[in-house]
Amino acid sequence: MELKEKFISSFLAVDDYLNEGSLVHDIRSEAIKNFEATGFPTKKSEAWKYTSLKALLRDDLSIFPKQEATVEFRDVRKYFLHDLDTYKIVFVDGQYSAFLSTTTHEGMDVCLLSSALTKDKYKAVIENYFNQVAPQHGLNALNTAFAKEGAYIYIPKHKEVDKPIEILYFYTGAESALMLQPRNLIVVEENAQVQIIERHQSLSEHAVLTNAVTEIFVNQRAQVDYYKIQNDQAQASLIDSTYVKQERDSVCSVHTFSFGGQLTRNNLNFYQHGEHAMSIMKGITLIEGKQHVDHNTLVHHIAPNCESHQDYKGVYDDRSTGVFNGKIFVEKEAQKLNAFQQNNNILISDKATINSKPQLEIFADDVKCSHGCTIGQLDEDALFYMRARGINEKEARGLLMYAFANNVLESVKIPELKKRINRIIALKMGVKIGFDL
Amino acid sequence: MLDIQNLHAGVDDKNILKGISLKVNAGEIHAIMGPNGAGKSTFASILAGKEEFQVTQGTMMFEGEDLSELSPEERAHKGVFLSFQYPVEIPGVTVTNFIKTAINQTRKAQGLEDMPAGEMLKQIKQVSEMLDIDRKFLSRSLNEGFSGGEKKRNEIFQMAMLAPKLAILDETDSGLDIDALRIVASGVNKLRSDQNAVIVITHYQRLLDHIVPDFVHVLMDGKIVKSGTKELAYELEEKGYDWIKEALK
Ligand SMILES: Nc1ncnc2c1ncn2[C@@H]1O[C@H](COP(=O)(O)OP(=O)(O)OP(=O)(O)O)[C@@H](O)[C@H]1O
Ligand SMILES: [Mg+2]
Repeated sequence: MELKEKFISSFLAVDDYLNEGSLVHDIRSEAIKNFEATGFPTKKSEAWKYTSLKALLRDDLSIFPKQEATVEFRDVRKYFLHDLDTYKIVFVDGQYSAFLSTTTHEGMDVCLLSSALTKDKYKAVIENYFNQVAPQHGLNALNTAFAKEGAYIYIPKHKEVDKPIEILYFYTGAESALMLQPRNLIVVEENAQVQIIERHQSLSEHAVLTNAVTEIFVNQRAQVDYYKIQNDQAQASLIDSTYVKQERDSVCSVHTFSFGGQLTRNNLNFYQHGEHAMSIMKGITLIEGKQHVDHNTLVHHIAPNCESHQDYKGVYDDRSTGVFNGKIFVEKEAQKLNAFQQNNNILISDKATINSKPQLEIFADDVKCSHGCTIGQLDEDALFYMRARGINEKEARGLLMYAFANNVLESVKIPELKKRINRIIALKMGVKIGFDL
Repeated sequence: MLDIQNLHAGVDDKNILKGISLKVNAGEIHAIMGPNGAGKSTFASILAGKEEFQVTQGTMMFEGEDLSELSPEERAHKGVFLSFQYPVEIPGVTVTNFIKTAINQTRKAQGLEDMPAGEMLKQIKQVSEMLDIDRKFLSRSLNEGFSGGEKKRNEIFQMAMLAPKLAILDETDSGLDIDALRIVASGVNKLRSDQNAVIVITHYQRLLDHIVPDFVHVLMDGKIVKSGTKELAYELEEKGYDWIKEALK
């Protein structure tokens, strides 16, 4: 049976399992109909021109894990920011792991979406926010129909969360091939602040395809810093669709570090509904082999006096392929806007490719919009300069690439995370970066 | 220390160096002068190991070793230093981090441990004071947005930190104001000993008042066409290069 049919026919069978006492039964039924109508995206659609899911959407993908798996903390410790105290919401093969998690309900909610979807006390928030910003077609609709678990984070007014929140999804490989549908809902109320780190990590060499959907609501004057670490196994693929709705005077930054995995598609969408909203999107892509990373960004400027900054850097080796498709859409009302987009790429191998395409649609007349894209090789003169000072070629290359990506790291606000990312970069480049980070 | 015999080199089909021979002994200062496009920087880059240029004939021996067998970094580890005519900007790497990396990589190649951080800081402080370099400067990205003179001063800072055996200064004086020239020259002089040598490439005799050469060579069209003592530099300053061209005909 084709995968699409398999999902549709399984929906009824799992309906009870998913919807036991759920507040969102109707939303799910609607979603499966949408999925049935739209299906999986194909290369025929403009937004998926350079990224094909065909090879990943295998008919033998399991829709649910058949058995419950457990993992030992010592085996996964390295995937946590273990040198830092954090809240943790952890899932193993799509199931919540109470044992690995550190949740809280004290002055805020850092817990499971499954309980938020079934308990009355969350009803108001769910009704106001769940599925309110992610458009419902294709993969999103599939996620909405099947999502059972994910992170639920609710930060009330004026709350400054005392430590970062880590959201981790582990995949054990108990199944030979699995498709996961994690779903996160994050609501940050007026003047509240939170830092979140999300990671999907496969623990085996079995194929896994994660179709994650995250909705983030950043209300007036709230501040959200979101970090995505994509450094998965070579057999793991991720489609990450993140939707951020911002109200006035809010600031939201999303950093995406794409180092691993087979195929990674990031759909990152910002909607600025209030004046003086600020959206920051940064990314470092560092891939090799046959890896593929696709950044598809959208900033939808609806209110006036807003700002958006995009800065994506990519280093591509071997036959790896990259895509950057950055769309800035400016409504007529969104005057006095400042939108900046930058995408710089280095191709280390002549077999690597990058498709970079800015898309500006501007209907307001008083705006500042700039975009730039560069594709180049490592600067040979700089390499010679460094080598002539005694720095070995390998280190020199590493240092140059590090320097190239460095300014994206500067805005990372969690020092332990910054160190971690630095270490991953150094490791990937096979260099000991000879200075303090 | 350095023994170059009949060096021919170029890029693609273009011959740039057409038979250079030069001997430099420890303790000596050699000046190389010559018109624009003569091949001075090409010569300097080839000594430092720039792979873009192909050596087609001749030999380059440094302390008994064939330089053409060594990578640029290996030459640096053996004590060859080139102060670039056009230092390269490296955004994202601070001056301090760069020099630390360069020193520790050199030490590693020599089988030594990393220089202790305290010692490194002490040396950085001493050298930057000697060259009148502001501390703030050291935490900026290497050469990025530096003025012409600042770049040159920074080259000498690195030279002083690395303490090479053979320093090749390619137009280090261009872009320096009069005070800076004096400071940089006295920095170079402080590092001099009978163990090391300097090759100064310059267009102006003025620098040679401060860094006094034992020999002056005229490089024209890829060849050393005349050698002499420091008086030759005065003569060139006064008369230009035409009289040499005439004499060659
Ligand atoms: N990569 C290259 N490809 C082609 N020609 C080159 C290359 N590098 C240098 N040349 C040429 O070789 C010649 C010598 O150049 P070089 O830079 O060595 O001159 P120079 O003596 O240092 O001059 P200046 O006094 O202006 O610094 C010039 O004609 C230059 O154009
Ligand atoms: Mg020159």
